[in-house]
Amino acid sequence: MAGPGGDMQWCFSQVKGAIDDDVAEADIISTVEFNHTGELLATGDKGGRVVIFQQEIENKSQPQFRSEYNVYSTFQSHEPEFDYLKSLEIEEKINKIRWLPQKNAAQFLLSTNDKTIKLWKISERDKRPEGYNLKEEDGRYKDPNTIMSLRVPVLIPMDLMVEASPRRVFANAHTYHINSISVNSDNETYLSADDLRINLWHLEITDRSFNIVDIKPANMEELTEVITAAEFHPHQCNTFVYSSSKGTIRLCDMRASALCDKHSKLFEEPEDPSNRSFFSEIISSISDVKFSHNGRYMMTRDYLSVKIWDLNMENRPVETYQVHEYLRSKLCSLYENDCIFDKFECCWNGNDSVVMTGSYNNFFRMFDRGQRRDVTLEASRENSKPMQVLKPRKVCAGGKRKKDEISVDSLDFNKKILHTAWHPQDNIIAVATTNNLYIFQDKVN
Amino acid sequence: MTDYCCPICSLLMNFTCYKSKLMKFTCYKSKLGNDSFLTSTFLTAETLPEGEILRLNSIKKLSTIALALGVERTRTELLPFLTDTIYDEDEVLLALAEQLGNFTMLVGGPEYVHCLLPPLESLATVEETVVRDKAVESLRKISQEHSPVDLEVHFEPLVKRLASGDWFTSRTSACGLFSVCYPRVSSTVKAEIRQHFRTLCSDDTPMVRRAAASKLGEFAKVLELDYVKSDIISLFTALASDEQDSVRLLAVEACVSIATLLPQEDLETLVMPTLRQAAEDKSWRVRYMVADKFSELQKAVGPEITKNDLVPAFQNLLKDCEAEVRAAAANKVKEFCENLPEDSREQIIMTHILPCVKELVSDTNQHVKSALASVIMGLSTILGKDNTIEHLLPLFLAQLKDECPEVRLNIISNLDCVNEVIGIRQLSQSLLPAIVELAEDAKWRVRLAIIEYMPLLAGQLGVEFFDEKLNTLCMAWLIDHVYAIREAATCNLMKLVEKFGAEWAQNTIVPKVLGMANDPNYLHRMTTLFCINALSEACGQDITTKQMLPVVLKMSNDQVANVRFNVAKSLQKIGPVLDSNALQSEVKPVLEKLATDTDMDVKYFAQEAISGTAAAKQIIFGILHLTALILPPNPEWTTTHLYSLGMFQVELVLVDQYKAVLGVHSLHHLTVQEGALQPRQAQAV
Repeated sequence: MAGPGGDMQWCFSQVKGAIDDDVAEADIISTVEFNHTGELLATGDKGGRVVIFQQEIENKSQPQFRSEYNVYSTFQSHEPEFDYLKSLEIEEKINKIRWLPQKNAAQFLLSTNDKTIKLWKISERDKRPEGYNLKEEDGRYKDPNTIMSLRVPVLIPMDLMVEASPRRVFANAHTYHINSISVNSDNETYLSADDLRINLWHLEITDRSFNIVDIKPANMEELTEVITAAEFHPHQCNTFVYSSSKGTIRLCDMRASALCDKHSKLFEEPEDPSNRSFFSEIISSISDVKFSHNGRYMMTRDYLSVKIWDLNMENRPVETYQVHEYLRSKLCSLYENDCIFDKFECCWNGNDSVVMTGSYNNFFRMFDRGQRRDVTLEASRENSKPMQVLKPRKVCAGGKRKKDEISVDSLDFNKKILHTAWHPQDNIIAVATTNNLYIFQDKVN
Repeated sequence: MTDYCCPICSLLMNFTCYKSKLMKFTCYKSKLGNDSFLTSTFLTAETLPEGEILRLNSIKKLSTIALALGVERTRTELLPFLTDTIYDEDEVLLALAEQLGNFTMLVGGPEYVHCLLPPLESLATVEETVVRDKAVESLRKISQEHSPVDLEVHFEPLVKRLASGDWFTSRTSACGLFSVCYPRVSSTVKAEIRQHFRTLCSDDTPMVRRAAASKLGEFAKVLELDYVKSDIISLFTALASDEQDSVRLLAVEACVSIATLLPQEDLETLVMPTLRQAAEDKSWRVRYMVADKFSELQKAVGPEITKNDLVPAFQNLLKDCEAEVRAAAANKVKEFCENLPEDSREQIIMTHILPCVKELVSDTNQHVKSALASVIMGLSTILGKDNTIEHLLPLFLAQLKDECPEVRLNIISNLDCVNEVIGIRQLSQSLLPAIVELAEDAKWRVRLAIIEYMPLLAGQLGVEFFDEKLNTLCMAWLIDHVYAIREAATCNLMKLVEKFGAEWAQNTIVPKVLGMANDPNYLHRMTTLFCINALSEACGQDITTKQMLPVVLKMSNDQVANVRFNVAKSLQKIGPVLDSNALQSEVKPVLEKLATDTDMDVKYFAQEAISGTAAAKQIIFGILHLTALILPPNPEWTTTHLYSLGMFQVELVLVDQYKAVLGVHSLHHLTVQEGALQPRQAQAV
């Protein structure tokens, strides 16, 4: 599947992170994101760290091994803080990372926790200056009386060094928790969304942002829905969408007015009365929304399914894929252990023909849109030998369990794959289990 | 900051901060020929910490380093080093980009100016817009210093390299350089430049298209008219219908310059279709830009097109569905009306503009109303007395009663326009309640704003009306519970006294102010002192000595220390107004008593007042500073003053200045002093 041939097999490439079962809270991966060329892969974790992996230059002698991703830079993006005015702890957890289109030799990314967005520059340095006037090379100061002439330092080569430096801090604009950031195709603005508001920022201006959506009712008791995700259109700089906890997606046109409280399109699927239950509203809440690369479609993820919407059709999705329909009968226990509120993300492959999203038991799912085929794969230590082909998994929904099938009752709900990313061009995927990052690639024939 | 990340600083610059002083000195005493003496100025260098400010200061003195190195070494060593050093903090790079624009003489004059291109080229590609812009500005500056040959050999290739760079940062920088080299190159190169500009106008990245769009007008100005018609117009049309509204809106700006360049008969066919389209653009940001540039556009296209096209367009903008657009258009109402052709001005305003304005007065958005309120009064001078009374007055009155304080404030702040035409009496009935309401507004910023207009109002309304209606307000502000209001009220009194004179002050204000000296609230008692500080000069010696001084002196026995030390401060402040007799016999004993006060602060300020040193010292330092710069060295004069002041207060920078002034022979005195200085300095650092 996934490739034009339709029979692509995925094989293990790499796993990052500690092996032991004892998971430190700070090591839990909270976001995964490829940059626009796919050469770099960034992860953020609950400890506020950002780790960037770089794809090594391809090895010509061993074509069957695609280049691997190795650590390029690690830095502490956010620190835990305390809001003294509201008596509120602000976690350092990285909620989202977004790469900026490359503008010079350096790379830039935005990272955000619940409240503060930061712009980071990741740059390389391979020269250092030498020839201090006042200091010796080891840093000691020279006796000034011995300085008789002025010399100009020169730059000499040194080992490559990667630096991450904070360039801008966009703070104090969100009362609620930031769930999304998205860079505009105009390359100079981005949006940030929290539960009730969406703000528009200029990448170079940190002291003001424009509020473009505000759904906070005058009386908070009338609150019926919250914003769960927001994203800019990949090409049309004036268009963005935001999804809500009620399962609707609103498309707004910033050309129409400065405050986009009135949407120009509302995407909503009428509810199926036969499936109505206590949990209907919870499971219809959208946890992620992503435009396709070509900008024609968008994909939304709710608790049980992935839906593809054509931007020109508002009344129903063009495709719906069930991620783990077998959980529908277990919603009650999933509600009790809070799993029902898990926010699964979803992603497109490079040419928009396949979509991927996560599930429980370290399973993740792929849906081939053209061939209407789907597959369940597992990220686990067991099949982490180099180039080992991943075996499709099957969950048995009830009745008699066949060989190789896994019973619903034996699924581990603590092992969930919330964050996945697909290389923008190649068939390379990054899948975050709790504290490990798995990288898989297609088998090159 | 570690060393590797700031090469400029920790090496060259950290040192130069010092070196630069040294150099200033060397230049002054040029060719001293005594290296060991030079290095003695390093003595204090080691105590200074590394830091960005230091580096910044250092880079700002880059010229000194270059001067010290000489033109040859600057070209061969310093510039190559700077070219590679683009790792630093933005502020440092910004300063560097700026400095290099003034470096021509330091590299050996116009003959060698092209040596500056490599470092500026690398600065023109960094990611920070401010740095790039500064680099481009410097490049534009030094382009003028290139000979026509150098321009083609060195400068133009650089522009081409930037224009075809891989990253959009370099391509955006290129956009700003075409116009400076175009007029001075051969026609073949001109053709190339036009081609490059065309390419950038259709660049893939919106950033570059935006840069090209914003430079389009400037580039059009240096182009031959034929090319403006053939090239620029098509680019302009393309940019004005770009898919990104952020590009389209910049084309509106270009429209102004292009329209000015073209002969009137071509405007209709070449510019107007695009402009009409922009005024009705789907994106409010583009329409906003049209509204914002409306006066410029109006001037550029001339009266005929204005009458036929712009009047309806302006009407539409005033009725736009987006409040931001309406507000921008409302802001332009007065300017637009002023610039209408005189023959049909009144008719156009009355039939086309005024109906829209009337609607805006009751707009749903307060920004729109307040934008209108800030200019609407200006219409009265254009329309004359009768029309103002009949049509505008009701609008003013409506806005004076607006629920939004900003609208009312804007009306009040522009009263002078209407006063000239119909006299303020027409308005006073509505004015007074509006002022009173603002004066008592719950938001202190609103109160602050109305206080600031008080002197203006007083001038317009005259002293009688003021005494009758507004005086009480002004006094009430003095006991406002917000300090900023009390402070502004004090300042207001001073301005009123300046306007109405000392006699008025003596009769109406001074008794009330002095009465507050017995107020049970010490904050109000202090307000008395603050008022006296502000009023003494305006009231003159007589009132100050006879009425104010006794009150101040009496307050020196106040039980609150804050009041007492403010007495000391006030005495210092009003000292210059008093005659020396009063100073000696009355002020001095009180200050001496306060100088023995039990409270530390009271003592301090009393002593300050007695010696008056702080102020005096500052002045003398200032003189020294100046002397160092402009006068020939006069060692005797300066040394005497220096010693009389006591060196311990002297800042390092000044010491350096003194050295320059004093010359070599008195330097050892200074060095001794500097030695004594060390501990204090370390503290300061």
